Amino acid sequence: MDWGALRDYLGGVNKHSTSVGKVWLTVLFIFRIMILVVAAEKVWGDEQKDFVCNTLQPGCRNVCYDHFFPISHIRLWALQLIFVSTPALLVAMHVAYRRQEKNQQFGNGEKIDIEELEDEKVHIRGPLWWTYTSSIFFRLIFEAVFMYVFYYMYDGYQMPRLLKCNAWPCPNVVDCFVSRPTEKTTFTIFMLAVSGICMMLNLAELCYLVIKICMKEPRKTT
Amino acid sequence: MSWGFLCDLLSGVNKYSTGVGRIWVAIVFMFRLLVYVAAAENIWKYEHDEFECNIKQPGCENVCFDYFFPVSHIRLWALQLIMVSSPSLLVVFHVAYRQNREKHHNQKLYRNPGEIDGGLLCTYLISLILKTGFEIVFLVLFYKLYNGFKIPHLLKCDIRPCPNTVDCYISKPTEKMIFLYFLVATSCLCIILNLSELSYLICKYSQKCYLNRYMKKQQ
Repeated sequence: MDWGALRDYLGGVNKHSTSVGKVWLTVLFIFRIMILVVAAEKVWGDEQKDFVCNTLQPGCRNVCYDHFFPISHIRLWALQLIFVSTPALLVAMHVAYRRQEKNQQFGNGEKIDIEELEDEKVHIRGPLWWTYTSSIFFRLIFEAVFMYVFYYMYDGYQMPRLLKCNAWPCPNVVDCFVSRPTEKTTFTIFMLAVSGICMMLNLAELCYLVIKICMKEPRKTT
Repeated sequence: MSWGFLCDLLSGVNKYSTGVGRIWVAIVFMFRLLVYVAAAENIWKYEHDEFECNIKQPGCENVCFDYFFPVSHIRLWALQLIMVSSPSLLVVFHVAYRQNREKHHNQKLYRNPGEIDGGLLCTYLISLILKTGFEIVFLVLFYKLYNGFKIPHLLKCDIRPCPNTVDCYISKPTEKMIFLYFLVATSCLCIILNLSELSYLICKYSQKCYLNRYMKKQQ
């Protein structure tokens, strides 16, 4: 069980997404999940071991590290990716529910081809439109919340080289040095940029869906 | 052998679950298993190496770590996930038993072997009760073993061979506490889902029973 299982889940959703939704899924997998697993995890891998404080006082390093990094970037990104992917499951569940209803119709004797049923692309209209639009809305909210949490927790998106710490049991103000600050800043900005792109894609998809439904309404009334 | 096995098991159960049961499976996958594997495991990875005591006495750190962490949070978490997912096996076995019976007798004995009625309903209800029971047991265990769900920065230890009361520092206590609270929140959510599913099934089948009796009386 790892990110591959998430990929299998979301891969199923791909069939029923709009084109913008498919692009969003691709960006999510390639530029976020893959980068996280293949690169970012290694950059943060040794973060506490190589967090060095200019003191021999035992416990000072632990306490200072905990003070400056209440929750590591890498864990926040993992949580962000999980939360941002979850709304897509709502769509998958709704599609599965619709299929089940059609299956039951078949069971009641109506002639529906089973193969057609499984390959059929479910069109985004009616209640599914609402589920899909809500899922995009929640994705946007989660993205924004996590970006804000990052900004608030780490006073911006830059990783400093030197931190000054005087938490007990450090005997006085002690210099602590973060490992690989430049590389970490680079990845933080990269992940931030890709989050921004994903937010724009979600906004575009939301606008597209709203315009599509508005254009259909006048046609119905005329 | 890894968490993939549990994944496959739960996917198998999904087919025979109610709507609430499917939500439960999704929550266990996304918010418990995936968070455990992708994030939580790494936080506790070097917990022993990074546990530091303010003493040079050999053996003192080992003894203090063992005293304060008889079973590590992360291992308890893993055990909880396994125990909570296992009762679903009862349902899978029962459905397989039904399907085998049909094959053996070479005739249709059930309207649908996977439909939750009769004996399968009892099995399903038992599995729900067991799941809820295990969740509560593990939450209580966490609470009792670690005096609540807080993780302190500093622990005072005076077990032999430590020569006196020694300050010991845990690594990443805040991050561990955040994930512990996350674990508790998802456990509670799963308990609520299990209880709702239990009430829903009991109400649905009581209603069915009552209606059947009423129809028979009318006849």
